[in-house]
Amino acid sequence: MTFDQMMLLLPLIIVTATPVITMLMVAVKRSHAVSCILTASGLLLALLSLLIVVRYPLQEVTPLLQVDNFNIFCTALILLAALAVTLFSYPYLCNLEDHQDEFYLLIAIATLGALVMVSSTHFITAFLGMETLSVCLYGMIAYPLHREATAQYPMEASIKYLVLSAVSSGFVLFGVALLYAQTGTLHFNDISVGITQGIADGPGSEYFVVASLLIITGFAFKLSLVPFHLWTPDVYEGAPLPATAFLATVGKVAMAALMMRFLSVSGVLDSPAIINVLTVIGVLSILGGNLLALLQANLKRLLSYSSIAHMGYLLIALMTIDSAITGDGSLGGEAVSFYLTAYVIMSLGAFGVMMVVSDSAHERDHIGHYQGLFWRDPWLAVIFTAMLLSLAGIPLTVGFIGKFYIFSVGVETAQWGPLAAMVIGSGIGLFYYLRIVYRMITPLDYDDPLPVAGIRDVISHGILLVLLVALVVLGVVPGGLMLLLESVVQSL
Amino acid sequence: MIVIWLILILFVGGALAWASEALDSRLPRVTALIAMVFSLILVVMLCLDNSPDPLSPGGQWLILEKWSWIARFDIFMQVGVDGLSLLMLALTVFLGLIATGAAWHEITERPGFFYFNLLWTLAGVVGVFTALDLFLFFFFWEVMLIPMYLIIAIWGHENRAYAAMKFFVFTQVSGLILLVAILCLAYFHFVQFGRFSFDYFELQNVVLEGRFQMLVMLGFFIGFATKLPAFPLHSWLPDAHSQAPTAGSVLLAGVLLKTGAYGLIRFAVPLFPEAAADFAPVAMTIAVIGILYCAKLAFAQTDIKRLIAYTSVSHMGFVLLGVYAWNIYGLQGALMTMLAHGLTSSALFMLAGGLQHRYHTRDMGRMSGLWAKLPLMSAMALFFSIASLGMPGLGNFIGEFLSLLGAFQVNQVATIFAALGLIFASVYSLWVIQRVFHGPYHTPHGGSEPARDLQEPADLSRVELVCYGAMAIGLVWMGMYPQTFLAMAEPTMTFLLESFGEVLP
Repeated sequence: MTFDQMMLLLPLIIVTATPVITMLMVAVKRSHAVSCILTASGLLLALLSLLIVVRYPLQEVTPLLQVDNFNIFCTALILLAALAVTLFSYPYLCNLEDHQDEFYLLIAIATLGALVMVSSTHFITAFLGMETLSVCLYGMIAYPLHREATAQYPMEASIKYLVLSAVSSGFVLFGVALLYAQTGTLHFNDISVGITQGIADGPGSEYFVVASLLIITGFAFKLSLVPFHLWTPDVYEGAPLPATAFLATVGKVAMAALMMRFLSVSGVLDSPAIINVLTVIGVLSILGGNLLALLQANLKRLLSYSSIAHMGYLLIALMTIDSAITGDGSLGGEAVSFYLTAYVIMSLGAFGVMMVVSDSAHERDHIGHYQGLFWRDPWLAVIFTAMLLSLAGIPLTVGFIGKFYIFSVGVETAQWGPLAAMVIGSGIGLFYYLRIVYRMITPLDYDDPLPVAGIRDVISHGILLVLLVALVVLGVVPGGLMLLLESVVQSL
Repeated sequence: MIVIWLILILFVGGALAWASEALDSRLPRVTALIAMVFSLILVVMLCLDNSPDPLSPGGQWLILEKWSWIARFDIFMQVGVDGLSLLMLALTVFLGLIATGAAWHEITERPGFFYFNLLWTLAGVVGVFTALDLFLFFFFWEVMLIPMYLIIAIWGHENRAYAAMKFFVFTQVSGLILLVAILCLAYFHFVQFGRFSFDYFELQNVVLEGRFQMLVMLGFFIGFATKLPAFPLHSWLPDAHSQAPTAGSVLLAGVLLKTGAYGLIRFAVPLFPEAAADFAPVAMTIAVIGILYCAKLAFAQTDIKRLIAYTSVSHMGFVLLGVYAWNIYGLQGALMTMLAHGLTSSALFMLAGGLQHRYHTRDMGRMSGLWAKLPLMSAMALFFSIASLGMPGLGNFIGEFLSLLGAFQVNQVATIFAALGLIFASVYSLWVIQRVFHGPYHTPHGGSEPARDLQEPADLSRVELVCYGAMAIGLVWMGMYPQTFLAMAEPTMTFLLESFGEVLP
């Protein structure tokens, strides 16, 4: 490994060093604030190190990791989301009657796993990254375990996630093994070559369809697409809010980026059977997610179902990734990247508002907790409304541009079925998003004091402000990000 | 730049109105009034300097400006004002001013946020009437929905949650269909010319083959017909109207419905002339069904606001009829109906709102003989009802007459049936007058004398009188000398007909 390649791995190295240093500090003296600051500064340093990375020639670092523009973009997105979650966690965890430090260790290691996932072009690293992320998430989900009042849900959620995540990993492994048996390689790039050769003198194309479908099934579990979504609402509801936010942002971005890279280089999308399966999964996710979200009164569950629907929208664009490399100037990759960015902003904002008014002793995650928020705390209500409207895809917000991108891709590739599902799904989506908005403007006739924004909340409110600005700026003048993404996805 | 100023005044004025509530609860309405007066001045300036630029495409545009916006998709911030847009702008700011007047005494709760929403709705509408880039158009098309939703949901009446949600879902879903249609058009520009485009003038060059053109045209039609609203898609309107506060009804009936008609004239027909020609008989049938069916429904209502709402749908049928007749009479008739209906329906909704404010009911069965107590208000109600039924000498007559004249040259059967709508209109209009204002006086609370603790309702206040007076003058002007308005719109209409007329019947 040359020095240049070492420098390209700088973010990974810094994020690896962060939990080590934090752990050493914990060994010396436990301090919640120090652990939080160390983790946050580690993530920030890793983010800044990207400025150094881009000065070096981007290349493959060993056959396992690929550093290119797409990787850098996803790394930045993941680090920003992880940083925000870290900072939101501090006020949330302050009154936990337990040690708080380990939560930050888990965040840092989980981030490492996500970073490995987005830079992998090889099944070994992809799998390692996925498992690192998942194992840390088990811990994060079950974190407030020793609190008696909440002990039941986190444990249930964690076990549920553990079992289903292990099953999905099993699917992926089986698929990988089948592919390896025929092609003799674990590198994404070689798979397409292997597939063509395998079809020529091997067991035929059905074999590869089955192998790819097993892998895609595993991925769909992690992206919580229908019919592999059953764990999502329970895990979202049971986990403490920072863990939910982390899972909903970093978890989804890493998985979607990995899937995008896999689909774009492996050539599995050439198979019409796989396209059909993905189309069905996408339509089911859009309709199922939106319909089930209608019935929820718990905002975490509601947002979990809405995330299922959003991943369904994303899948419309993901299916066209392959034509992005063969066709001219196709939009699929850009649409996926843009939608992920938008999704991270909106989810972080929505969960952020919930985190600001909650703490580990009392989570405000029921829709009734937000009644009259417009008149009790207009600032939070405006942010929450903006985030919800963005999730619903209303103009002036980044969510609208994201939806616009997906619609463009859908029209370009003539996927009329998924597009119709998306129109219907967005219509249904309005019901539950607007229901929350309506509850927020309905005055509350009794007093339910929100936690007063103390000095330690300044950072949280600052992040919310940044998210709001990003939401509106990217929604009104998205041109800059679009041009950036255009160059980013060309490197795929 | 003047268009950008107009939009900015409304956006910034709205934000200021909200902020000023912290100082004094009466400041927001003053701020809103100032913003509206400024925008009215700008529009009047435009009207006085009404000379089309002969160099612009079609030689009809007073203003045509273009800034780059989203380079990736060749989206431009392109705005243009021609006679048609200008008349719509004038209607918008005029009714905006009226709506401010209507809200003046009615909105006492959270006024800052109310005027914020009011002005932002208007800003969105101004954007819709001036945007010539379809992406920008869609952007504003959606921007005006959220504040309108909030107006209904916060300041509405007893069933506001349902009405607001219905309004939003109807318009939003039809809006998404419109978006898909716009994207199809932009994509076919990409296929045929090598790049995306949302430019109104460039998209006219896109050639779509028959069946596909019809589908894309239908996407546009559904988007606009829901807003208009046309017959099968109208069911959100009575709910939204009956639940909205008075100023909200004024904006909805006066301005928001007109964006649908504007969209049909500006986009749905010119972009797809062949498909529109094939579709014209269907559209005219829908229009006739809408006119008759909703007039019938209006007659069956007891809620006075729902009644006016159904008459709105009925009158909008004449607009649809005129547009799809696609000749100079039809188009000018549609335009005049839009303008006149904007004034009459706003005035009628204000009257209904005024009655509700005074008697706390919208049920006509519980009102009777109000003329004795509210002579001024009753006189105004009679005037605007008569205007609404199409009395010669007032604006609505000109509009409906021209629409029918245009439609007769194309489709006699439809026209004959549509003309029946005029008769129905006189029936239900006069029926309202008779039930509510004539007969023996009794209050909505029973007995012929008001309960002792109930204050005797006051007749029109000065603010109301000014509003009604201004609208009445407008209607008389339109009825007596429509040439002012017809002449302004004529370059646009003749251009539209010359360019896209040859393929239509």
